[in-house]
Amino acid sequence: MSGAPIHGLVLAGGASSRMKRDKAMLIYQGKSQLDRAVELAARHVSPVFVSVRGSQSGDSARARYPLIVDSVAGQGPIVGIRSALAAHPGVAWLVVACDLPFLSDGALSQLLAERDPTASATAYSSVHDGLPEPLCAIWEPKAAAEIDAFLAKGKDCPRKFLMNHSVRLLEPKDRRALDNVNTPEEYHRALDLIAPASRGEPTPIQAMQLKIQYFALMREQSGRSEETVETAASTPADLYTELQARYGFTLPREQLKVAVNSEFAPWTRRLAAGDAVVFIPPVAGG
Amino acid sequence: MRFRFTDTAIDTAAARRELLDPGAGGYASFEGWVRNFNEGQEVTRLEYEAFRELALKEGERILAEAAARFPIKHALCIHRVGSLGLSDMAVWVGVSSAHRGEAFDACRFIIDEVKHRVPIWKKEHYRSGDSGWVNCERCAVAPEHRHDHDHDHNPVRDHDHDHDHDHDAA
Repeated sequence: MSGAPIHGLVLAGGASSRMKRDKAMLIYQGKSQLDRAVELAARHVSPVFVSVRGSQSGDSARARYPLIVDSVAGQGPIVGIRSALAAHPGVAWLVVACDLPFLSDGALSQLLAERDPTASATAYSSVHDGLPEPLCAIWEPKAAAEIDAFLAKGKDCPRKFLMNHSVRLLEPKDRRALDNVNTPEEYHRALDLIAPASRGEPTPIQAMQLKIQYFALMREQSGRSEETVETAASTPADLYTELQARYGFTLPREQLKVAVNSEFAPWTRRLAAGDAVVFIPPVAGG
Repeated sequence: MRFRFTDTAIDTAAARRELLDPGAGGYASFEGWVRNFNEGQEVTRLEYEAFRELALKEGERILAEAAARFPIKHALCIHRVGSLGLSDMAVWVGVSSAHRGEAFDACRFIIDEVKHRVPIWKKEHYRSGDSGWVNCERCAVAPEHRHDHDHDHNPVRDHDHDHDHDHDAA
């Protein structure tokens, strides 16, 4: 395969706003997703850098790796990609996001084998909507100037960028590889789907067991009075999001209160294993 | 000072006796009854349900607040749970004090706070055969169903519900 040499870029600068905690630090098979992504990329290209925002360059988990700190104005992953292209002109980048726990060697191999160095990028089309997946893709050096023009127009969506530039689009053979994880509920599901590292080893989970009791409308909508749940949610707010997705609770969280261990608690309280949680819909005594 | 639940009819005569005090010159009580009409629907019966562990704590806190606010002798609140028919008593509040004014005031304070703060829920059953949890269902907002596959760079619209809510059924 001719074309520019390829380095790896693991995007770890995301805001994780829906997960409400650092997606790069979520644990699967006993390893943070950041470490998994770097190790995976390093099996295919070298060297591998980690893309961070300036404010994250002191973060110890990230600083173990060679970093590329955002150097251009703007926001989102396209800034990380552009910063890498700026740091190493003439290099193409195998870009890998930090929220793809199912990403596989097969998916990266296919991308590299079917790369078109004359395009701006080689990317998969989403199995969900057919649109290009910008965050597991090879970005060529020629994309640098195109990104500058794109950013100058006030745009920053890398998917839209790919839709409007010359891109080699591939059908992924591994159809699950690009399923991303943005919410506590998705993380929970991914944990179920990803097997533990090896048999005999205890499953390393950040997930913990909580006891949930349901009353009134919550009891009817969940179909149970109580249950023990295994969850990665770290606060009652995350937990409600997760259980609302599971049971279709109609009440928005803003209308509820929450109790932890039989006392009212703030939605931001840190949950501990074994805590008893009750969601309290609007009361109507008397 | 006591807040408690019962799943049988409230014995008001016995409850009242708990408030007797040689220094009390007045006594006021409030009874909440099951009414046959609410928000345009004909009600046939009610079901009350409580998260007892927290409700007892919050109920005791309300009674303690009443004692701190008003110079009363004794206060008691008993709430019924389970299935109630029309005109059944759902809640009873009694207060004794040296003079009548604080007994009335404390009684009013206690029932108002109980309705707003104690985790008790009631489900109304209607003549139409329909039913609903008061304060929960008529104003419920269906969750927005989204299926997206966006990465975090896209600003995500959070589920903001500017849905103002009155927690008072009365």
